[in-house]
Parts: sequence; structure tokens; C-alpha cells
Amino acid sequence: MAIYLAVKELWRNRGRFFLISLVIALITTLVLFVAALAQGLGAGNTEYLDKLNADLVVYQKNVDLSAPNSRIDRAKLNDIRRVAGVKAVGPIGFSGASIVLEKADKPLDVSLIGVEPGQPGEPPVLAGRGLKNTRGKEAIVDHNTALRSGLKTGDKFTIKSIQGTKEEFYTLTVVGVTDGRQYSIRPSIIVPFLTWDEIKPQPALDDRQVNSASADLASNVVAVQLENPGDWKAMARRLENQVSDVEAVDRKTASQATPGYSAQQSTLDTQRNFALLIGVLVIGGFFQIQTLQKVAQIGMLKAIGTSNVTIAAASVMQIAAVTVLGVAIGSLGTLALSLSLPPSIPVVFTPNSALVAITSLLLIGPIGGLVSIRHSLRVEPLIALGLA
Amino acid sequence: MTTALETRSATKIYQSDGSSVKAVNDVSIQIQAGKFVALVGPSGSGKTTLLAMLAGLLAPSMGSIMIDGQELGKMSEAELTQFRRQKVGFTFQANNLTPYLTVRENVELMLRLNNTLDKASRARATELLERLGLADRLNHLPRQLSGGQQQRVAIARALVHSPSVVLADEPTANLDTGRAYQVVETFANLIHEQNRAGIMVTHDLRLCQYTDRVIQMLDGQVRRIIDDPQEIYALANSGSLESAPVPPAIKAPTAKVGLNGGQLAPLPAF
Repeated sequence: MAIYLAVKELWRNRGRFFLISLVIALITTLVLFVAALAQGLGAGNTEYLDKLNADLVVYQKNVDLSAPNSRIDRAKLNDIRRVAGVKAVGPIGFSGASIVLEKADKPLDVSLIGVEPGQPGEPPVLAGRGLKNTRGKEAIVDHNTALRSGLKTGDKFTIKSIQGTKEEFYTLTVVGVTDGRQYSIRPSIIVPFLTWDEIKPQPALDDRQVNSASADLASNVVAVQLENPGDWKAMARRLENQVSDVEAVDRKTASQATPGYSAQQSTLDTQRNFALLIGVLVIGGFFQIQTLQKVAQIGMLKAIGTSNVTIAAASVMQIAAVTVLGVAIGSLGTLALSLSLPPSIPVVFTPNSALVAITSLLLIGPIGGLVSIRHSLRVEPLIALGLA
Repeated sequence: MTTALETRSATKIYQSDGSSVKAVNDVSIQIQAGKFVALVGPSGSGKTTLLAMLAGLLAPSMGSIMIDGQELGKMSEAELTQFRRQKVGFTFQANNLTPYLTVRENVELMLRLNNTLDKASRARATELLERLGLADRLNHLPRQLSGGQQQRVAIARALVHSPSVVLADEPTANLDTGRAYQVVETFANLIHEQNRAGIMVTHDLRLCQYTDRVIQMLDGQVRRIIDDPQEIYALANSGSLESAPVPPAIKAPTAKVGLNGGQLAPLPAF
């Protein structure tokens, strides 16, 4: 009976219900895009660290896990390597540089990541080969760099870097292409550690003299592979105890500590939650107004013997149908829209984030409709006789 | 003749700000199956409150109400809902029909609610609608019907599930005089034919000519019960609740007659 009433009302008022479905579709699009943007920006910030082939990331102590501020020199690197339970270590240096593209108006800003060839930190390649020579003029480009620059294995390209106050240009050869390894909202190129040390932007000469310590060969962080990865907590403590002035964390903590990551994600989460709240209010408002308009009709239905269960079930079915239709339209629309977006826009749709967003959206209908259902249950059948 | 509906000292007291008001006071009536009764009286006399109690929508503060021998006061809310669905037919002043259901669907709604919708009952519903002159409106929505047509659909819905009691609250309040007569006459004929007990609350005394009994209420109490057809006819003609003497020239009709004194057709052509 409830299905019959729900379907008949939906069909005979399909224009009105479709309109609210479209509103839900728009909210769905907004929520999915914000979720995808959060995912995309998050990935853009931390993709390299998320996929790092290491169990621990070691930072200099007291730098709040800030990679740009962290310096780990060769001596400490060797100390870390000697700690029992450490399988392999790899120094990693982060900096920024630009790829000069012949066909583009402006250079492509990239993250320049220095790694020790064959050591933790160097990503596996999808095409070509890995890095060989620690001083080689070669590079692995990530998928995003390849996509945006058009570079492929075997291509030579020019890197522009600010050395002191002058622009310096270096020519490198693409030896391999890896999957997405963005860092600091930029696509990345991975070069041998000593090459990185040579071409990374350098402060002006005076500053270098003053800060002579920072001019020593040092990485920002050290990627550590463990013999027993499941024991990472104990190993982190052991590293901190046996090597002075370092702080060891797992990959997830390292990712979340990336500068700006938390602020960015919380901003986007707030936007998404507000969009969901708006959804609850819109659906709640719509069904509440509809219930208020139908009070006399509901009273009549109750008077002639329709049970509260039937009336509530019909309302729930309508809310569910409207919500599911809206979410479906919104999801399909978002999918179509995402396919037409250029790769430079950092939106990433992952099954997990989309599932969470869609589940949240499917819940907002019933939550929004609760008030109206409660209201319709409280309608007195006496209202049909004008007595309530 | 079986008693379809009976009240025994039915009383409804409303409490308000420390004071109590007896909306219905010690009403005891019996209505037999096949009888159509008008409940008349000025506004505030307790007609609609009594109707709500007869329908099981309002519990009496004192006394009892029985339909088909079952006392409503002993039923739970769920049982009352089921009882109304099975034993009571309703027409209201307004908002009678479900706006998103067609004429046929509105009538069949009672059969669906009672899980008795089948080929035979569907045919009966269609026949009823045809008899009510709605054969060409079966698939129309309520908004596509006139007020009179909507009331006739409500009458069909009130009768289709063969209830024991049919209750009508001012069924002609929103209709013009001509339509009102047609609707009530049709209603009365169906009540008689189907042997139901019908109760109609009305302000329009002229409509009493179609009833078998008039119950006049005043200040929550039954002031007068008129069973004599001549007296009812006189009341309908006078249009006044003050006792209208039966004119000696008027012979009490053997069948119900229209206001013009002519014999009423079994069913009007709509």
C-alpha cells in the first residue's frame, strides 16, 4: 500500500519531485567535486610520500616534520644505516625547478626530487629504466610531468634553476617514466642525488658563506626500509634513541605533516560538510513544506483507515527515491564533467572518496526528511473533520 | 431491522484553562441499517464532535459507542484504524479525495486498504461510479472534476467497501443548491439500496427531505428526534428548526420527493 501511494504521488507530481532531485544532483556534484578536489590537492601535495617505498621517514629533530626545514647530513645517514633492523636507507632532497618547454609560453614548475639510485626513494618505472649514475644527467619523470610536458623516455629537456641570483640551465635525459608522484602541488622529476644537489636552487653566495652548514651535502629526509616492517613503531623509537637529533615517523604521518596539507584538507572537509548540511536543509525544507501542504490530505487518509506505518513508509520511499535519483544524476554528471577536465586541474576521483561522498549524500535524504515524517505521523485524523 | 450504530449516554468533555465544556452531553441514539439520518443543529451544537465519536476518531469522555455490536472504546488505536477502514465510510466537507489518484484509484483505495481489491470488487467500483454518473471521468484526477463530481467520487469511496456505517460531514457545504440536492439524493438512494446506516451532518435543512430521521442537537444534547416523514418534509420545506406544523393539505409522501413536490427520479442524470 505504501509503495502504491508513494509511486502514484511521485509519478503524478513528477515535475516537482524531479526538480528537487535536480537540486540534490547539484549538491551531489558539489560534494563529489570538493571530495575529488580534496583528494587531488592532497595527492598533489603528498603523492610522492604516500607511495614512497619506505617504512619510515626520518626528519631532523625539532622541525615539526617539515621537509624543507629538515637537514640530514651524510654522517647521520650512515648512523641510520647502521641501526640494527634497518634494511636500506635512501636520502631524499626536495626542491623546486622549472622545465623549459619549447612549445609552451611559460615553463612547467615541477618538484625536483633527488634520490640515491637503487635506494628507497627512487620510484619504480612504468617505462624505460631506473636511475643508474649518482651524478648522471638523467631523470625519471612522473606521469603528471609526462602528461603536461609531453616528455617521454629518451627525450632531453632543459631545467631552469636559480643559482644565487642567476638563472642556470641544465639539460637532462628522460630515462624512465613513473606513475603519479606529485609533491607540493607540482608534478615531479626524480634525479640522482648528486645531480639534484648540483642543480637545486641555491641561495645567494653571501648567504651560502654565512650558512656554511647548510651548504654541506645533506638531504631533507631519509627513507628507511626495515627488515621487519610490522615493527615500525619500535624501530622509530630505536632510530630516535640511537641517532641524535632525528625524528622517525611512518609514511602516513609524514604525508599529513606536509606543509599546508592539514589546513588544506580541513578547509575542503569543511566545504564538503557544509554542502552536505545544505543538502539536509534543502531536502528537509522541501519535504516539510510538502507535508504542511498535505496535512488535510494526510488527516483524510488516516480518517479512512490508513495506518501511520503506511504513511511513514510512503514518505520514506519518496525521500529515498528522490535522493537516489538526485545522487545518480549528480554522480553521472560529475563523471561526465571530470572526463572533460584538463589534467592541470587537481581533481582525483577514487572509489573510496566517491563511496564516502555518495553514502553521505544518500543519508542526507532520510535525515532531512525525518522532521517531515515525524510531522506527518503527528497529524490527527480529526483534521479531516476540522476538529484538530 | 438490525441496529448498526448505537450510542449510550455518549458524552464528550473538553478541558480548557481549568474549565470544562460538554461538547456532547449524554447522547443516546440508535440507528438501524438501511436508514439515512440527518444530524442538524446550529454551529457549536456538537454535531461534528458526535460524528467524530461515531467514527472512532474521538473517544467519548463517558458513555459508549457501538457499531455492529462492537464497542469502540475497547479498541486500541491500531484496532480503531482497522475498524474505520473496514466498517466506516466517510465523506468530508473538503479535501475529500487524494489529489494524485484518479477517480477510479480514489475509490479503489478503500479496497486496497482492506486488501479486497480483485476483479469482482473492481467491477463493483466501476459500476458504482457509473451509477453516480462518472463513467466518463474514471481516469480524471480530482482537480479535473467539479465540486459535485468530487463529492460523488467521495460517496462511491465511502460505499465501495460495503461499510456498516457511512458518515458524511457537510457533504454539500461547497456545492450550489442544485448540485447539493443531486448529491444527497444519490447518497440517500445508495444508503437505502445497500442497506447501510448513513448519518449526515448538515446545516441545510432542505436536504432533510431525503432522510428517514432528523436528529436535532442543541448545546451538545439531542433536543428532538423526528421520525415522522410528514414532519421531516415540513421541516425541509420550512427550512427552520423551529417546529414547522405539517400543513394538512400536504400528504406525507410514500417515496422521497423533491422540493418542488414532484416525484424524484431513482437517480438524477448528471
